[in-house]
Amino acid sequence: MAAPLTLLLIVAVTIRAVLFRSSLAELISARVEVVSPLNAWKRVVEGLALLDLGVSPYSGDVFHETPLMIYLFHFTVDYAEIVFIVSAYFVDCLSCFLKPLDRAKMAINSNYLKSDLLFNFPGCCELISWFITIIVCLCFCKFHFLCTCKYTDVRLCHQIADGITALALYLSIQTYNKDVFRKQKYALESDRYSADCLELLRSPKEMFYIPLKVAMFYLLNPFTILSCVAKSTCGLNNAIIALFIFCTLKGSALLSGILLALATYQSIYPLTLFAPALLFFLQRLYIPVNLRRSSFWFFTLQYAFMYVGSLVVITGLSFFLLGSWDFIPSVYGFIFSVPDLTPNIGLFWYFFAEMFEHFRLFFSCVFQINVFFYTIPLSIKLKEHPVFLIFMQIAIISIFKSYPTVGDVALYMAFLPAWSHLYRFLRNIFLVSCVLLACSALFPVLWHLWIYAGSANSNFYYAITLLFNFGQILLVADYFYAYLRREHHLTHGLYLKKKDGTEATLVLK
Amino acid sequence: MLILSSLLLFILLAAARDEFQEELVIRPLHSGDIYASFQFRTLWDTDFLQEGQKVSHYRLFPKSLGQVLSKFSVRELHISFTQGFWRTMQWGQPFIPSPPGAELWVWFHDTVSDVDGNWKELTNVLSGIFCASLNFIDLTNTVQPSASFKPLGLGNATDHRFLRYATLPREIVCTENLTPWKKLLPCGSKAGLAVLMKSEKLFHSSFHSQAVHIRPICQDEQCSSKAWELRQTLNVVFDLHTSGQGKKEWSLFKMFSRTLTEACPLASSSKVYVDITDNPELFELSPATPLLGQAVVLGDRRTYSVYDLIMPTSSMVLSPCALGDMLRPLLHAERYVAGFGLQTGEIHTVIYNNHPYRAFPVLLMDSVPWYLQLYIHTLTVTSKSRDNKPSYIHYQPAKDRHRPHLLEMLIQLPPHSMTEVTVQFERALLKWTEYTPDPNHGFYVGSSVVSALVPSMVAMRTNFTQDQPLFSSFVPVKEESSYFVRVYTEPLLVNLPTPDFSMPYNVICLTCTVVAVGYGSFYNLLTRTFQVDEPSPPLSKRLANLIRRMRGVPLLT
Repeated sequence: MAAPLTLLLIVAVTIRAVLFRSSLAELISARVEVVSPLNAWKRVVEGLALLDLGVSPYSGDVFHETPLMIYLFHFTVDYAEIVFIVSAYFVDCLSCFLKPLDRAKMAINSNYLKSDLLFNFPGCCELISWFITIIVCLCFCKFHFLCTCKYTDVRLCHQIADGITALALYLSIQTYNKDVFRKQKYALESDRYSADCLELLRSPKEMFYIPLKVAMFYLLNPFTILSCVAKSTCGLNNAIIALFIFCTLKGSALLSGILLALATYQSIYPLTLFAPALLFFLQRLYIPVNLRRSSFWFFTLQYAFMYVGSLVVITGLSFFLLGSWDFIPSVYGFIFSVPDLTPNIGLFWYFFAEMFEHFRLFFSCVFQINVFFYTIPLSIKLKEHPVFLIFMQIAIISIFKSYPTVGDVALYMAFLPAWSHLYRFLRNIFLVSCVLLACSALFPVLWHLWIYAGSANSNFYYAITLLFNFGQILLVADYFYAYLRREHHLTHGLYLKKKDGTEATLVLK
Repeated sequence: MLILSSLLLFILLAAARDEFQEELVIRPLHSGDIYASFQFRTLWDTDFLQEGQKVSHYRLFPKSLGQVLSKFSVRELHISFTQGFWRTMQWGQPFIPSPPGAELWVWFHDTVSDVDGNWKELTNVLSGIFCASLNFIDLTNTVQPSASFKPLGLGNATDHRFLRYATLPREIVCTENLTPWKKLLPCGSKAGLAVLMKSEKLFHSSFHSQAVHIRPICQDEQCSSKAWELRQTLNVVFDLHTSGQGKKEWSLFKMFSRTLTEACPLASSSKVYVDITDNPELFELSPATPLLGQAVVLGDRRTYSVYDLIMPTSSMVLSPCALGDMLRPLLHAERYVAGFGLQTGEIHTVIYNNHPYRAFPVLLMDSVPWYLQLYIHTLTVTSKSRDNKPSYIHYQPAKDRHRPHLLEMLIQLPPHSMTEVTVQFERALLKWTEYTPDPNHGFYVGSSVVSALVPSMVAMRTNFTQDQPLFSSFVPVKEESSYFVRVYTEPLLVNLPTPDFSMPYNVICLTCTVVAVGYGSFYNLLTRTFQVDEPSPPLSKRLANLIRRMRGVPLLT
């Protein structure tokens, strides 16, 4: 498994490095579909320039990254070489140190204890060893494409982020698949599945390549590549979310809480991932979701405390770094009140450009609530399937967030191979993929017609964003439907019969 | 009797305390145009800002302005309305520069606590006084320059918290602004030089600029007594080529369709200067005047024929001809927008130093509206194709819908060079109600201001004399070797992307439909369960069953 993944990483890094070197990089980084006011690299550089001028980056309305992010980049840009060398050495040493530890862990994995759950890093060693692979690939590329640009090493940062995301997703899906297979086995043994649904069951053979496919879907997705080449910080946010998923699936509640807090701090919306993570841990610890059980409340409070605690620490840290609370309105106020109407692939910009002034507040509440609105009903419906719930939540966030970019879309699309067994139940996958492909092609065309050629107007571009979002909604709803339907078939049998013995059709009632 | 005499005495005293001067300078320009500059100065040694003491007796000073000064604790007020653009390279430096549109800058007294509130009210009041749309000045186009606008009068306040500067580049100046401006003069337009101001002629010109400057100044060199100075200026450039049948001849009548007969009876001095520096032999003035005056203004020594209207002569009809060369302006700036499309762009400001061997620093001030998002990291300053790092940068980024960008830089201009300042910007899509009624016309960006102390070719007069001509005494000269110049560049016209203004209902409906599709499909899947579709029995069967149920007989299946 290692060889194809390494090959994939090398291919992905090479594609990105080539694009970084080409003249396309400039063009891509100005595309409104790829960068939004929240994550454009140009704005990060602007923030750094303002810091250098001695002006608070939040005093203007150009910079909307979080303080930790800007100080991270400040540090990376200023001490890029040192960071690079040190991190390479550090990782090297760590890996030498961790490899035997990893083996030892594997050995004792069989009598692996539940109490270990909170502070348990079984996967970390694995992740770190992969991390080395990325670094080696990057070193290789770095020597191949020596650049003189000041921000060269930031490109590495973005590539590393993409690599980490892919790896984290790869390992998460691997873990998830093992989990799924184990559960399927138990269910079969306890005879919970109906007799004629054998063809719905998943075999290890077909599941074997799914993690690799997930990593490939992320790394080679044109959306991710564009996002990375544009140096959008969306890639970093994706990496945080992917690491969060990884830590959750590996069962480390503390790390999961910290990373979820970090993701929330970065862009508020991942807040809704709290519910699936909590459900996953409860399921893993065999705690029933029962409001009258004290163990349920104990764990929930424990996890919430870890999450809120790290959120408070991170926010406090940024306050001390910056010396003021200016970033709160400038980052979170900006996300919620949508003052910047620069076109993007989302639903917000044109709607609020054309909004009647006295309804603005009402409609911004209505639109923002969409992200958070589905969390509770979905958690109730999917409480047995927290990983699918994570997928649904990420998809809903990327559809209904106020400044979406293609990088957000790429993150949830990476999960699609993990649901490849749902394929037979998808109703309009052909239509949806056509719509999404056509829209992706039409975005730049209509943008050009509106902004440069002047032969179209804003409605053309708006129509495409509308269609694109329509396609995404259909896609997500279709997968949701297919998932529910498969679950139904697993318990009720695949070939349903009517009372009179003829073949029945299944409807939602 | 006593009361009457004391009243008389008071009036006499008051008469001694204020004075009014008027002046007209006519300068034939190198391009063949005629530059006429009116200056009216009222001096009054009262104190508007004194606590508890209300100034209520006005003679020459306009009461409307006096009340404004004391009510808003204004220390210095400069307002100008300009139609047209001053072409520095063809016309040389104007006596008092002004940007196209309206410009207002005010220094408030440092006792004012709510400067923004005062500023808001003041702009509204001035808007009424001058019949102009100054009420469109709000926080989104007001800046506080840190170095470019220093007080021109007494006191060297440096705390720019009390300074407000705003321009309205789109303001159109016309008769309705001229009439209230003329009313501020003691003689109105009834007598004196102001009779020449007929709007049908003044606005039929290449350039028209009227201004009001109020400031406290010293009355003598020792500054033992202070006075308030109100200076009203009006500058016109007539294009006589188009109206003069190609001859380089001009006369007061041709320009203004009036002639001068007498001075304003209230004026203590009333003079007409005709600039004959460029080619004295070629000039033929009639009536001829024996009086010749010299003045050093803007680094140039110039000779004038002086006509004094107080000493009554025959009615003035000036009709000279011919023109000579002009001094090439040492400092000159221009600006344009580069780039194509409606997404990004680049502002280029080009500053020329035409001095053959002296380098000097200039202060460049740019105030850019918030809807052009400037990227300060793209700022480049190049002179002679080399990077010229500004020694001082003051940058205040814009806040959407609250505050414009303010960029001030101190740039050293090498001798005989062209310095180019570029900065990239991104155009914002606005809310549909934020566009002007003609959105595809574009949005104006005010002129950038270049202020500099330009090395002078001739020695400037630093000593203070009362009988100096008005046009050479506006900006106080601190040193002999240089003089202060302010150059305004062209305002910019920038197109922004526009939404479709006829679509609000459609957009609301369509977007909400997509959201509703999302909601509907999720709601469907969340609330319903899968069931086998049993076709409902036919109507006859259902009726039969109904009857059977009433009868208590087993139902049909």
